[in-house]
Amino acid sequence: MTVKTKEVVQLEPLVDVSHLIEPPAIEIDSGPIKMRAEGLRVDYGKFQALKDVTVQLPEKRITAIIGPSGCGKSTFLKALNRMVELVPDTQVGGQVWIDGQPIYSDQIDLAALRMAIGYIFQRPNPFPASIYDNVAYGPRIRRRHTRAELDQIVETMLKQAALWNDVKDKLRQSAHNLSGGQQQRLCIARSLAVTPHVLLMDEPCSALDPISSQKIEDLISELKEKLTVVIVTHNMQQASRVSDYTGFFLAEHTGDPGELVEFGATSHIFTSPKDKRTEDFITGRFG
Amino acid sequence: MTEDSRAVEISNVANVTMHGGAHAWRRRRESVIYALLVLLSLIPILTTFGIIYVLFSQAFAFFMEVPIMEFLMGTKWSPLLIPRSFGVLPLLVGTLLVTVAGMFIAVPVGLGSAIFLSEYASPRARRWLKPLIEILAGIPTVVYGYLALLFITPIIRSIFPQANAFNALSAAIAVGIMIVPMIASLSEDALAAVPSSLREAAYALGANKYEVITKVVVPTASSGIAASFVLGISRAIGETMIVTLAAGATPNLTLNPLESIQTVTAFIVQISLGETPWGSLAYKTIFATGALLFVLTMLMNLLAVRITKSKGRF
Repeated sequence: MTVKTKEVVQLEPLVDVSHLIEPPAIEIDSGPIKMRAEGLRVDYGKFQALKDVTVQLPEKRITAIIGPSGCGKSTFLKALNRMVELVPDTQVGGQVWIDGQPIYSDQIDLAALRMAIGYIFQRPNPFPASIYDNVAYGPRIRRRHTRAELDQIVETMLKQAALWNDVKDKLRQSAHNLSGGQQQRLCIARSLAVTPHVLLMDEPCSALDPISSQKIEDLISELKEKLTVVIVTHNMQQASRVSDYTGFFLAEHTGDPGELVEFGATSHIFTSPKDKRTEDFITGRFG
Repeated sequence: MTEDSRAVEISNVANVTMHGGAHAWRRRRESVIYALLVLLSLIPILTTFGIIYVLFSQAFAFFMEVPIMEFLMGTKWSPLLIPRSFGVLPLLVGTLLVTVAGMFIAVPVGLGSAIFLSEYASPRARRWLKPLIEILAGIPTVVYGYLALLFITPIIRSIFPQANAFNALSAAIAVGIMIVPMIASLSEDALAAVPSSLREAAYALGANKYEVITKVVVPTASSGIAASFVLGISRAIGETMIVTLAAGATPNLTLNPLESIQTVTAFIVQISLGETPWGSLAYKTIFATGALLFVLTMLMNLLAVRITKSKGRF
């Protein structure tokens, strides 16, 4: 699926009239779309959490999801790999496609879906096992590997997660001995080990110190070469630093369902948002 | 401002000093309560030490007459009939036979119900089922004993006609059922304590429910589960009423569960009810066997504490 680039005529203004000119339309490069949501709606029992979200997530790009607390950001993220269904009494409406295949369908292999769409949680949640066993967990679920194969997988994934140099001499030690930032990178390595196409990250740095956050951000930028990344974040600077696209979610009032207010190239969202509410949020007027 | 809040007078000086008699009285009340609580907490501690002292001093007197190796290694238990013999192995093997066979029932049923309750049952079903299982734990063991004798034994004898009217298997089944709620309840606590973030992590890696349970939840809870098994064993070793009623009173060195046996506890009941002269050697056997039981169950409980503190095997 492609989206046409709208041509913007560039004129050199004699006087500054930028406040009069309508901001240019969202520029989406003509790259392929990895995932698409259409009319996505999520209800937790009687509470509607998400309303009518239609969005396209470009392949091998980083999409940031921003918005105040309780706006359905995490719900949206969890709906993208059906993790949302782990919450009892959840109902999902609408549809999500990955590479053209609808994921809310009886034909879907949930295990394969979640392997294809990895998930990184807000708080690092390594298993109470060794560093090695954490990374090897996913590969071991589905099939038998030889010792050498597993060793290879573990090393590759830890290198990709920029953790190998920290832990190569203590692979057999408990993952809980690592620092928070290292644990989060271990969780990323654990997800990478099942070779996902998409990585969903739910505020992956919110429990980390600034230096650890920086390392995760660098890592995310590197992952872009191989993966499509969707990252929920509370941190405006982080969103503007790492992402190519940004979606702004908002629930008008407490108890209202969250909806996608605006989606576009990050540079546009942060410099010239179309919607007043986006502008108010980005400039820190609320949330 | 409402009527009420206007009624409250607030002075400009916070009044934090106690005056006169109130002060002394409050202080004295604190120290009286303190002394009372110390006294109360001393009662169980002193009782425990008293029991241990009596148990081991009498056991020591017994071992002055019967060499300890003869007691532990002897294969014939006949403390009353002449020629007398004080080999405790038949009683010990009887106890272990009932315990092991009972655990064969209690472990799978207990752990299975714990996993069902924690992982599969809906919150509403769990609210009903867990107290129901815990009620089982409140049934007096004498009821289990009669259950074994009048209900389980006839079934066993219809399947194995050679089985004795009193047999180890019947008692073991009843002991197993008795321990199920203990293992189910403690294991369920351990499973429920596994953080849901770990379950989610496993689901996010493509694990299905069965894989999440067997490869994440149970391994993470393994120390708590193992501790529940050990406490179950400890309970089975000390169980008295069921084995007295259903397992028989024949100190019999056998591993055949269809035969009549006698456990350590059932022996103590038997000899305590008989007309055993105070201070006689037969009398002292109560304390020797009692001390043996005490050591066994204490070891099990210490083991349980150790396991609980360990990290478990993921």
